[in-house]
Amino acid sequence: MKTDVKRGRESAAKSLVLLACAGILLGSAGVGLAAPAAALSAAEARHLLVRSGTAATPAEIDALIPLSREAAVETILESAADAAATPPPAWIENWVPPRMKELSPEERKLVRRLNRERGLELRAWWMREMVTTPTPITEVMTLFWHNHFTSSLQKVKAPVLLYRQNRLLRREALGNFARLLKAVARDPAMLIYLDGAKNRKGAPNENFARELFELFTLGEGHYRETDVKEAARAFTGWGIDRRTAAFSFRRQWHDGGDKTVLSSNGPLDGDDVIDTLLEQPQTAVFIVEKLWRHFISEKPDRAEVRRLARLFRESGYEIKPLLAALFASDDFWAPENRGRLIKSPVDYIVGTVRLFNLPVSDYRDLARLSRRLGQDLFDPPNVKGWPGGTDWIVAASLLDRQAMAERVTGGRRAQGAQTVAMGGPKKRQAERARRFDDWLASQSAAWQGAEAITLLLLPVSPVDVEILDRNASGALLRQLVLDPAYQLK
Amino acid sequence: MDFISRRRLLTTAAALPLAIPLALPLGPGALRASGVPRTLILVELNGGNDGLNTVVPYREAAYYRARPTLAVPADRVLQLDQALGLHPALEPLMPAWQDKDLAIALGVGYPRPNRSHFRSIEIWNTASDSAEVLHQGWLHQALQEAGEQASGAARLGIVLGGATGPLAGDALTTVVMKNRQQLARAAGLPENQSAASGNPALDHILSVRRQTHDAANRIAARLAKSSPLKTVFPKTSLGRQLAQAAAMIAGAVPASVIKVQQGGYDTHAGQAGRHPRLLGELAAALAAFREALIETGSWQRCLVMTYAEFGRRVGENASGGTDHGTAAPHLFMGARLRGGLLGRQPSLTDLEDGDLRHSLDFRRLYASVAADWLGLPRGLAAFGPQPPLDLFT
Repeated sequence: MKTDVKRGRESAAKSLVLLACAGILLGSAGVGLAAPAAALSAAEARHLLVRSGTAATPAEIDALIPLSREAAVETILESAADAAATPPPAWIENWVPPRMKELSPEERKLVRRLNRERGLELRAWWMREMVTTPTPITEVMTLFWHNHFTSSLQKVKAPVLLYRQNRLLRREALGNFARLLKAVARDPAMLIYLDGAKNRKGAPNENFARELFELFTLGEGHYRETDVKEAARAFTGWGIDRRTAAFSFRRQWHDGGDKTVLSSNGPLDGDDVIDTLLEQPQTAVFIVEKLWRHFISEKPDRAEVRRLARLFRESGYEIKPLLAALFASDDFWAPENRGRLIKSPVDYIVGTVRLFNLPVSDYRDLARLSRRLGQDLFDPPNVKGWPGGTDWIVAASLLDRQAMAERVTGGRRAQGAQTVAMGGPKKRQAERARRFDDWLASQSAAWQGAEAITLLLLPVSPVDVEILDRNASGALLRQLVLDPAYQLK
Repeated sequence: MDFISRRRLLTTAAALPLAIPLALPLGPGALRASGVPRTLILVELNGGNDGLNTVVPYREAAYYRARPTLAVPADRVLQLDQALGLHPALEPLMPAWQDKDLAIALGVGYPRPNRSHFRSIEIWNTASDSAEVLHQGWLHQALQEAGEQASGAARLGIVLGGATGPLAGDALTTVVMKNRQQLARAAGLPENQSAASGNPALDHILSVRRQTHDAANRIAARLAKSSPLKTVFPKTSLGRQLAQAAAMIAGAVPASVIKVQQGGYDTHAGQAGRHPRLLGELAAALAAFREALIETGSWQRCLVMTYAEFGRRVGENASGGTDHGTAAPHLFMGARLRGGLLGRQPSLTDLEDGDLRHSLDFRRLYASVAADWLGLPRGLAAFGPQPPLDLFT
């Protein structure tokens, strides 16, 4: 159904009518006075979908609104997968780690160039998976763990190892944290990234041990300097087989002497240290707080965090039940916590492409765009990961987001705008603009109203856009995507 | 990787810094004839620079014992005096040293050092004690504490690399920007009213948008009138950042602080190849910066200061690298400096947990810069009770 674009200003009386109509329209989509009290509103369904994924499409919202909160959360969590649907690049198979020291300078240069190209292909592969996945929560959690157990191509070099780490993170994305932690400690990319592979008896390298305490489990202030030094000794000998690049334990490098780490002592090895860390209630608190900041708000509620942390620990660190409890909490649904988080570059890009079903001719363009906006997949800025939150929006990234939105929507291009590749270079602007008209026309009647579309695109009222027309239009869609409120989730 | 991901633009109370006219006097003696404020250029050596291989104690046997594979041979150092010499990769800095445009503060650190990158840089950024957590940058604190006495101070900060760190807080309007091309876009942003929405995330976005728009218009107007630099800068990330900084300073952009960053100093492994390359890039970029500003007659208005979260462990590790340590030397460059060495080199035999004991508190550096360069009052509580250094002629 095609809608006419009305440009005239409506009177205040008409605006009231408009609100009423929006209510009726939404009602026809499943929310109304007749619906059971436990059913979700469209705004609630949208909130759950955007926070647990990257976008909420009209079809996804329509599917959730007959459900109660619990049922909706369960639907989303039960969709989780433990492997990607997109096949990895062909070079993942049969890779043999290069022996850099035995190569000529030209050959080394070639390896480095290949690594760069493959690094971009790997990013493109993940971008494609995030855009096309039937289970956005899986990708959101995989990215969450990538930002927790960081490793970077800059240091690790070999894209295959980052792919294998990504496979591990996805396998346990909603699985078990204890299993994940032990696997990460043996993960070759991690062993390279934090120098574990070089950690040997007599001259331990503390890099991994320090981050294990500070960033992966307890957080700063919950351990002593000596714990780090002793833990580093426990992990000596955890290395990599040079021929296969797989984990290998080198007994001759391992320090089998007695160590004292927190409350444990004896001839501890790495797994003993991890077990000790998992016994500390603070580990669960630390992880729950981080999830809270990711999914609910910047201000974790201490009592609730303690409750969820206890549940997490008592379940043996099962992630899915923890997420179910987190999404079921009143804080998650509280109106004052909606639209208060800033979209990450991945949220922004993947969410926009998913929502409008935009054609992507080359996923490497999305990877480059994400890097430009501050989130270079497989290359976090440092071991602490992307700081996120308000840090996503600075002068430079705001300008780049604006440029992307203008290009995607075929809207005005500001002076000096750099080309942000999206949907192929130099496509006619009119064609892109028409795409939004067509997208709108393909939606059901319930989603043709201006109020309904505003609710779909923005979690809070628009800043720059005044909603004057009763019916939505391609022009309104473009304005809403350019509104500052579109940066929020 | 030319992308710098930890940029932010700080929220400020609306209109406060923007109502201040372009060129402003600083404190007594800070006003140049041109009416353009002095600029402090902060160079963050991200990752923690190995001080012992930067300023080398080339006469000490303990140094060579601790560094069997990484020590710089005595006959290769660039001698500064009878005990200390610069790493040979820092050769491009020697003309500045000879002209007394280079001063080196030795053994800079703080008591009860923290060896976490993030915590320690937070301490450096906020001039806090080891156990005290502060959230605002030391420049913000200085301006804030100076209150009325800093009412004339220029308050524009520009971050070209890394996080806002020392500038964090609302006493400065801080613009984080990749390059000049972005200025044109920034000037075209929609203007919006400053009314608070009650939503902190949205307020942040609107504040960034407003400030970017305003600051960009001011900076762009200045740059439009200036001519391009003749000096060729190295094609490194730091070289590009300092070229931008030089263009802004030469163009009389009224920034009181410009921050740049060089990354890669976290040399846990393979330091022998990486560290000299990093030092070489640092020296080449700083030498070009000095040359460009001398060429444009603006060197008198500049003070460069390096800083990092920590130095590195005295003893090398088994990976041919060095782990997180404590005290390290830091560089000052500028035409107004006395030059030479400041403070004393920490002992290599009287160590604490295998690390150097600091001999100079980093807050004394800040106190000197705040008082004698930015023209703020002496004795600010933010920098503790110790006296400032005697940096300037």
